[in-house]
Amino acid sequence: MNTEIQFQPEQASTLAPRVDALYYYLTGVSVFMTLLIATLIVFFAIRYRRGNKVDRSPLDLRYQKWMEVIWIAVPLVIVLSFFGWGAWLYLEQARPPLGALEIQVTGKQWMWKFQHPQGNSEINDLHVPVGRPIKLTMISEDVIHSMYFPAFRVKHDVLPGRYTGLWFEATRTGQYHLFCAEYCGAGHAVMKGTVTVMEPSDYEAWLSGRVPDQTPVEAGKALFEEMRCASCHQGGGTQGRGPSLVNLFGKEVRLKDGRTVIANEEYLRESILTPAAKVVVGYEPIMPTFQGQISEEGVRDLIAYIKSLAESAPTGEEP
Amino acid sequence: MSSEAVKAPRRHYLNESYSARSWLLTTDHKRIGILYLLSITFFFIIGGLAATIVRLELMTPEGDLVQAETYNKLFTLHGVAMVFLFLVPSIPAVLGNFLIPLMVGARDMAFPKLNLASWYVFSIAGLFVLYVTFAGGVDTGWTFYAPYSSTYSNTHVMATGLGVFVAGFSSIMTAINIIVTVHKMRAPGLTWHRMPLFVWSLYATSLIIILGTPVLAITILLIAAERAFQVGIFDPRLGGDPVLFQHLFWFYSHPAVYIMILPGMGVVSEIISCFSRKRPFGYTFIAYSSLAIAVFGFLVWGHHMFVSGQSVYAGLVFSLLSFSVAIPSAVKVFNWTATLYKGSISFETPMLYALGFIGLFTLGGLTGMYVATLAVDVHVHDTYFVIAHFHYIMVGGMVMAYLGGIHYWWPKMTGRMYPEGWARFSAILIFVGFNLTFFPQYILGYLGMPRRYHVYPEEFQVLNVMSSAGASILAIGYFFPLTYLLWSLKYGKEAPSNPWKATGLEWQTGSPPPAHNFHGQPVVKHEAYDYEALVPQEEPQPEREEVKVG
Amino acid sequence: MASTESAVAFQFDDLEQQQQSAELGMWVFLATEVLFFGGLFLVYAIYHFMYPDTFHEASKHTNVVLGTVNTVVLMTSGLLMALAVHAAHDGKRNQLIWMLIGTTVLGLVFLGIKGIEYYDKYHHHLLPLFGWPFEWEGHSPGAATIFFSLYVVMTGLHAIHMIIGIGILLVLLVGAYRGGLLRERSTPVHIFGLYWHFVDIVWVFLFPLLYLIG
Repeated sequence: MNTEIQFQPEQASTLAPRVDALYYYLTGVSVFMTLLIATLIVFFAIRYRRGNKVDRSPLDLRYQKWMEVIWIAVPLVIVLSFFGWGAWLYLEQARPPLGALEIQVTGKQWMWKFQHPQGNSEINDLHVPVGRPIKLTMISEDVIHSMYFPAFRVKHDVLPGRYTGLWFEATRTGQYHLFCAEYCGAGHAVMKGTVTVMEPSDYEAWLSGRVPDQTPVEAGKALFEEMRCASCHQGGGTQGRGPSLVNLFGKEVRLKDGRTVIANEEYLRESILTPAAKVVVGYEPIMPTFQGQISEEGVRDLIAYIKSLAESAPTGEEP
Repeated sequence: MSSEAVKAPRRHYLNESYSARSWLLTTDHKRIGILYLLSITFFFIIGGLAATIVRLELMTPEGDLVQAETYNKLFTLHGVAMVFLFLVPSIPAVLGNFLIPLMVGARDMAFPKLNLASWYVFSIAGLFVLYVTFAGGVDTGWTFYAPYSSTYSNTHVMATGLGVFVAGFSSIMTAINIIVTVHKMRAPGLTWHRMPLFVWSLYATSLIIILGTPVLAITILLIAAERAFQVGIFDPRLGGDPVLFQHLFWFYSHPAVYIMILPGMGVVSEIISCFSRKRPFGYTFIAYSSLAIAVFGFLVWGHHMFVSGQSVYAGLVFSLLSFSVAIPSAVKVFNWTATLYKGSISFETPMLYALGFIGLFTLGGLTGMYVATLAVDVHVHDTYFVIAHFHYIMVGGMVMAYLGGIHYWWPKMTGRMYPEGWARFSAILIFVGFNLTFFPQYILGYLGMPRRYHVYPEEFQVLNVMSSAGASILAIGYFFPLTYLLWSLKYGKEAPSNPWKATGLEWQTGSPPPAHNFHGQPVVKHEAYDYEALVPQEEPQPEREEVKVG
Repeated sequence: MASTESAVAFQFDDLEQQQQSAELGMWVFLATEVLFFGGLFLVYAIYHFMYPDTFHEASKHTNVVLGTVNTVVLMTSGLLMALAVHAAHDGKRNQLIWMLIGTTVLGLVFLGIKGIEYYDKYHHHLLPLFGWPFEWEGHSPGAATIFFSLYVVMTGLHAIHMIIGIGILLVLLVGAYRGGLLRERSTPVHIFGLYWHFVDIVWVFLFPLLYLIG
């Protein structure tokens, strides 16, 4: 048994030292308050012990009122400082920087699958480069899980039916824990793995060293063909039964019911699984649902493919 | 006062009749309080046994004592038994039932038959949970999140849900009784601002029970409907929202923690006052802080959901509000400490528990600040840090207050004194064992050990061993009161009416009290906790028409 | 015949305290019911907001005629119950008995019509219970399932409250037949009246939300 006790995990991300600083502040105030109350109690208990001959004449009532005001106002200010600092950090934590490396995550009982954009996929172990923001887009195939990296001080629940995300920027190479942090059944405690932070050159080497599976875009294209999506979503869309998907991602879409939405990942996923939820103006609600026929990974690959239709210059090829 | 002639033993609520029927069909609030005492002690032991096995398993990083499925059922049983069958009913149904009519000068609660019914309802709920335990258990955790609980778990979710649902009814029945009794049955002269703080805190608790418990009830009903009828309200495959479950669940379960702690705070106010021989500093502030906690407690549920997928803005609002609820609690701690100032302090067992409460509740409450702080909670949510936080409040706080209250009012309830030496020793042992058990868990949590793990990485072992060692001391500590309190029933010194020389109507009648509480109608002519005006108490004379309260 | 025992229970000082306590107790209990149904209404409101079109579409499949009839039935039963309370206060035994019978009968009629509605839904495969076949031609079968699940749970819970109410009515009838529940002993009738009116009011909210939004 290793008898060495640490008090905090390693600081391996840009966020970690900042969270720890706030933690030390909280601890400092807590220690101070605890010692204050404990000292007062011990002091009063000894000084005013029954039988001690001390002055027990009651305190002036005016002092009483002031004391109440002070010990409401001062703690209020202190807790507001906790709130402010915590909220400021939290907002930064909630917004991934632009240009982050996006990795797709699927959680299911009881394992994690990571999909790198270059095509590599991993199970339970995640390799990332140091010094670069990494954004995880996550979804569950069954119950609620939670992705937790103690060394990075970040965590977010992974939900069925909805994408959630977290981001971090690792600052030290090494291996760190990743845990599932939302109870999910018998294998909850073993649904864990390792995140390996590597120098960028090592990461590149690792990427090319492993035999990549198809990239998500390639896999998406294959699935698009297998499912015959083109039979409705073809060409420039003017004659098709379904709206064009070229240059669609990220654009505004007008719906039949008058609403306008942005064609983001959530919208694309919903359109594949529950197409009638949002029907584009000018089209009929005839798209069948692919719920049950396409897995979450398949959905993600299709989305990657559709996104690529926006990025590539028109080649004249029919999507 | 003593006469030479042979005196017939004084009749009181305990020796009135010894038949089983007189107990099982009683409508006497004092007997019902004792019935509850027996039931909740039983479930405390059940919950404690589950925790014992959990802590034994956690001594090693591998899962070598029980299988994962069993472990998951054990921590679920621990949570369900401790929260719903021990903490929620403990002070309201035991001490509240026993004391409130006495404290307000009434002959019984407003609805004695409803009171008895509530105990039977509670017992049925307990039977459900016992049935589940023997039929194979339930493994959802006491929080039974969807969709695991609604769709995926293969264990007895419905029966457990039914048990909790029924327990909620019992809780509501007790709360109705308390609210109506406090409003309608106070003795002449007992205005709201002359009421003991214990009554204020139980009144606030009852308000929370009334408004919160039904929402838990409907949540359970919806989960049961999903399991039984496959209706799909939280099922994402049908377009349902599992996070909606969390909102509904925590809307009750956060106020529930105030249901659990407010009565303890009431007990502490009584004890601190009595053993300092002083009116509580800031009586009005303490009284109204209970109401403030009840109100604010309903506004903060989202702080259990900062990383659940709820919006960032919701997170900001809930965090801010959560800090606001800390202030009334802090007010109480400061007022209790200030009560000691210029008091005349003695250290009987109830006082030791009360002082321990203040220290441990302060620590637990301060760590509540950590989890209310957004960026820190992202790191410690669902780790042992949270477990340590709520055990500091619930065990270091609430259980200590409960034990303090049991000791304080034991002479009144049983007519016997407990052995003071053993009791003080046990209080200290419990305090030490408790800290050894739960303080290491703060560190474990910040290090990143998640909750509900029956196996863990090796580097967490030494802190887990410390915690389990502490738990063994805590368990021994609890064993002592169980034993000597039982012992005192037969061999304890007979208690006078007011062994602590305390103010309060309950001390103005015999120990134990007669069946209808008072001989004649008490009339209140002084402020509460009027220790300055207190004349040394003698035994109240029997057959007096009017009982004056000093 | 009327009992010779005091109408005031031992824990109360006088009749007024007893009556006020009973009434306050019932109001506090009704507060729990408001929160109970309120939680359910909140769930409904959230899903209605998320899937407005499907909810409107699904509501068209509820039987507005039967629902309206039931509303009238319940309102009338409320009237009869109010008359029963008056009769109890005024000591009119016969009127009390007839009004209680009337309320009970109307309650049973309500439940009967509800039963017909449920059977009709079952027949059309619109009851998503026990894994029974659920047929929905429109879009978003998932959201339609949620609507009908809520329909079943909300009206079912209301019906359970009606059944409990009818059970209590029968007990009150026995008491009224024996000549009790009059004048100073009328409190049980009075507070049951509060409960019955509450159950009515729940229906007044349920009806438009489930039947009329289509």
